[in-house]
Amino acid sequence: MKILVCISNVPDTTTKVKFVENNTKLDTNGIQWVINPWDELSLTRALELKDDSSTGITSVTVAHVGEASSEPTIRKALAIGADNAIRVNGEPVDAYYVAAQLSEAVKNENFDIILCGIESSDHNGSTVGGMISEFLDIASVSAVSSLSIENGEAVISREIDGGKEILTVPVPFVAVVQKGIAKEPRIAAMRGIMMARSKPVKVVEPIAVDPLTSVEAFEMPETRAACKFIDPATAGDLIDILQNEAKVI
Amino acid sequence: MSVLIYTENWDGKFKKLSFELISYGSKIAEMLNTKAIALSTGNVDDDELKKLGNYGASGILSVNSNNLNVLDNRTFVKVISDIAVKENAKVVLLANNNTGKALAPGLSVRLKAGVGAGVSKLPVSLDPFTVFKRVFSGNAYARVVLNTDIRIITLAQNSFDLTETDNNASINKLDPGVDGSVVATQVKETRKQEGKLLLTDAEIVVSGGRGMKSPDNWGPLTELADLLGGATACSRPVSDEGWRPHEEHTGQTGKIIAPNLYIAIGISGATQHLAGVSSSKYIVAVNSDKDAPIFEAAQYGIVGDAMKVLPKLVEAAKNTRGK
Ligand SMILES: Cc1cc2nc3c(=O)[nH]c(=O)nc-3n(C[C@H](O)[C@H](O)[C@H](O)COP(=O)(O)OP(=O)(O)OC[C@H]3O[C@@H](n4cnc5c(N)ncnc54)[C@H](O)[C@@H]3O)c2cc1C
Ligand SMILES: Nc1ncnc2c1ncn2[C@@H]1O[C@H](COP(=O)(O)O)[C@@H](O)[C@H]1O
Repeated sequence: MKILVCISNVPDTTTKVKFVENNTKLDTNGIQWVINPWDELSLTRALELKDDSSTGITSVTVAHVGEASSEPTIRKALAIGADNAIRVNGEPVDAYYVAAQLSEAVKNENFDIILCGIESSDHNGSTVGGMISEFLDIASVSAVSSLSIENGEAVISREIDGGKEILTVPVPFVAVVQKGIAKEPRIAAMRGIMMARSKPVKVVEPIAVDPLTSVEAFEMPETRAACKFIDPATAGDLIDILQNEAKVI
Repeated sequence: MSVLIYTENWDGKFKKLSFELISYGSKIAEMLNTKAIALSTGNVDDDELKKLGNYGASGILSVNSNNLNVLDNRTFVKVISDIAVKENAKVVLLANNNTGKALAPGLSVRLKAGVGAGVSKLPVSLDPFTVFKRVFSGNAYARVVLNTDIRIITLAQNSFDLTETDNNASINKLDPGVDGSVVATQVKETRKQEGKLLLTDAEIVVSGGRGMKSPDNWGPLTELADLLGGATACSRPVSDEGWRPHEEHTGQTGKIIAPNLYIAIGISGATQHLAGVSSSKYIVAVNSDKDAPIFEAAQYGIVGDAMKVLPKLVEAAKNTRGK
């Protein structure tokens, strides 16, 4: 079986974002780009499954829609352990565009399991994975917190709104992963970094797709009023303030 | 024309978020000069269905089928998109929770409808149809134009106030002939979180970080949450250490919540933590370090030792609750 891991390239999670060109574009100055945290975890899980010979997983491919500037992120995924990569050479303008490009690029590659993250930490869309399932006409499972292969069958646990479910689903399918899928992201070792240089990256040109959405402008969050401090000796006063001033309890 | 609102129930009872969705959806319907139609799936009795009218739905569609007992994304997507077409929906509204996130993308592709995900306000403009949503994990917001004839919105939970009206909504039972052969997911086991207030549903949340020092110290924190009628949460290291269950982990890689009140105890306030709680209406911090970044996000703060402050808060909460 073959696994595909879709990775997006996002600003490091501690970045204080700023915008330029009348707040229509992200100021990329000084930004450190990383693999989206969820995608790092799904890559880790895919590699764990491949390491276990009983799963029958034979390869792990990463796919990314982005321009050549995101090559370092792809190389990082290869250094962590992916076997090869596909890059669709287009600007990821919206989720629909990205999902359509990824689906087109992999439709004849017969991946059994396609992993996407629950959200990418830039546009917080939570949509690419579910869209791929519809484009490729295959099943999808969302909010996946564990994935294993038992007797050739995928066993998944997912979070529902008010509990958890254990389920099985026949391949091929898309799993949209969240917390729990892997404990700690795997990091690249020296040997992996050396090997990554020679691993194949297939670059494909995008097909014509009209995005469905566009960002008109970004805004910074409203600044909150400065913190009011309460004397720790009379900490109980806080309850009164929350009740009578803030009126939230 | 219509605004179609996908509601959720738990064992036949609507969740509060369904009423938020109806309140929000009927406002949009008003703006578009059309009607709000609520869609309910599963076994819900008429008395419960009628409640949807109290928040502004003018029509209620109820779909019940054995093939909808389990959330199979593509089965649900097919049913909802067929109804959206039949009702000539211009806006399809879902919650931005696990269920909404599972269904919105498939609907987008089937209906060729742009998605505004995690929206927290009414549209800022109708032409072009522009929504306001959180981006960069709450470090910024964006005005996003949905350039399509049909638009999908997933509404952030607890971001829109309920508005009650007395609408005498008509109830229609629909049988869309759900095709069971496309159901791919086979659920082997369901573990419900019985009787516990869901963190994402809670209006008051009391949360602990590494500053709580040990899992044995959580007694007064949970007691405070109980007294205030709230839920408990924690920072990532706390759930990683196994001090608290994973369901409580809030932040960028955990749950994203927006309660009216978030009380952070012994939490430093890392950006990744704030990413999950910055939309809370009030943030209160208790921390022994006056320079902890959490105080920049908080409206009320106490600089002090959690173990000394918590008992005082519990006592004060008991007194007010006792009155
Ligand atoms: C990709 C990525 C994703 C992440 N996602 C998340 C996430 O989703 N959620 C999350 O929480 N973190 C996340 N983190 C981790 C985050 O960066 C912080 O490390 C974490 O939030 C710190 O947790 P904490 O505040 O409990 O602990 P600490 O940072 O150790 O803070 C403990 C605080 O307690 C205070 N304290 C100590 N003793 C006392 C006392 N007796 N009384 C009162 N206060 C006391 C200290 O002054 C300190 O401010 C993520 C990190 C990365 C890299
Ligand atoms: N440009 C991209 N290239 C490849 N995969 C992506 C891209 N953008 C998003 N994804 C995938 O879709 C997931 C969810 O992203 P989103 O729907 O944008 O929140 C991510 O975790 C990735 O797995």
